[in-house]
Amino acid sequence: MEKGKYQELVKKRTPKEDRIKNSIKAFLIGGSIGALAELLVNIYMNIFEIPRVEANPYMIITIIFVACLFTGIGFFDSLVKWAGGGLIIPITGFAHSVMSSTMEYRKEGLVTGIGANMFKLAGTVIAFGIISAYVLALIRICLFGGTI
Amino acid sequence: MTTKYNNVYLNNTYTIAGINEAKGPLGKYYDKVYQDFYFGAKSFEKAESKIIEEAVNALIIQSGKPDLFISGDLLNQLVASNYAASKLSLPYLGIYSACASSVQGLIIASNFIEHNIINSCICSASSHNNTAERQFRYPVEYGGIKPKTATFTTTGVGAAYLSNKKSCIKIESATIGEVVDMGIKDVYDMGSVMAPACAKTLYTHLLETHRDYSYYDLILSGDLGRYGKDIFKILMKKDYNINLTNYDDSACMIYDLDKQNVYAGGSGPACLPLVTYSYILEKMQKKEINKVLLLATGALMSPTMVNLKLSIPAICHAISLEVI
Repeated sequence: MEKGKYQELVKKRTPKEDRIKNSIKAFLIGGSIGALAELLVNIYMNIFEIPRVEANPYMIITIIFVACLFTGIGFFDSLVKWAGGGLIIPITGFAHSVMSSTMEYRKEGLVTGIGANMFKLAGTVIAFGIISAYVLALIRICLFGGTI
Repeated sequence: MTTKYNNVYLNNTYTIAGINEAKGPLGKYYDKVYQDFYFGAKSFEKAESKIIEEAVNALIIQSGKPDLFISGDLLNQLVASNYAASKLSLPYLGIYSACASSVQGLIIASNFIEHNIINSCICSASSHNNTAERQFRYPVEYGGIKPKTATFTTTGVGAAYLSNKKSCIKIESATIGEVVDMGIKDVYDMGSVMAPACAKTLYTHLLETHRDYSYYDLILSGDLGRYGKDIFKILMKKDYNINLTNYDDSACMIYDLDKQNVYAGGSGPACLPLVTYSYILEKMQKKEINKVLLLATGALMSPTMVNLKLSIPAICHAISLEVI
């Protein structure tokens, strides 16, 4: 069979992923994490009597800590397999990727193992996150002169 | 290229499996099962090495010291096999053709034995789910989301003792396959990558031995998985006009595909030997099946080459086992 024909056959025989089901699931789970984060912000605002701008970082730290803890205990990967994008896209996914890489390479030493590999997966997010923030900031300065 | 053998016998085998394989339908057939992923070692790599050493030692105790030890696994620089060999003090050949390593080892050993260069040889093939995940995919704890066509690397080792001493199972013939690249680039669809190589080797084997596929009681492929198996059957029919009826795939036998979360089935060099050296061999010893053709399929995948946007080549070697 020719390459092109074979590739067509493979394409035809490849099972379809349940995109709608996966999207709804990701929307609901990601949304619940967002709602939980909002609840945390409100709790922090009330307990510590701080403004929203200050409560936000506390909320982010809490969520990152919980995600890292769950990865460390060893069941976050099963949760991710079940929940899909809903857990990977929010900051929980970022924390999970750093934590899982750290755990994976800890036996190879502090410098050659953990240090060199902890951002193996998250490195892309950081690199392109900084670039896109830079570009967006430039656009904002050009359009609004730095103030909105 | 097909070679016939008159003087090579499969004397003994030893299999060690991990937790998920033990939970599968063939769980009771393995010689030894471990209930943790580390097998009592400190890292997954050491664990894989440890079970190779253990399987070979078990065979040495049962059948004596061999003249040669051939071993293959999936890891870079064949570390699992090499470190096991460093503790065994046996003349050693490390081989790599991904998941086709098991049969490649048997073919090399058979040639040495047939031509009286050696009298006996131990061939092993191993894989470990966690070492493979870490090397080819993501960190183990990351547990990335995979499509349905992905396969689950088996954890375990299958070792065989071959010699010129007569036993009830004979290595009858073998075909060394060609590397086939059909332009598939999807690392999560190894079944489609390997199916054309598998079809080509099977056809070459049947052609060069002047046999019909019905000569065999069972044709068993390595690790095409649920979807690769279908594509392989379609290829055999469309390209070679062969409608396979006596065919199965070890990737679909080693796990319960409906109950265990293994996507399209098992994979890895250990998949085919785990199924063959336990379940299939027992059936052959009871003479329920007499002629078996093993088609070990290997996707010669490297993450670097995939990142360079190159397609994945595949190979398949065949070996025929007969009850005498």
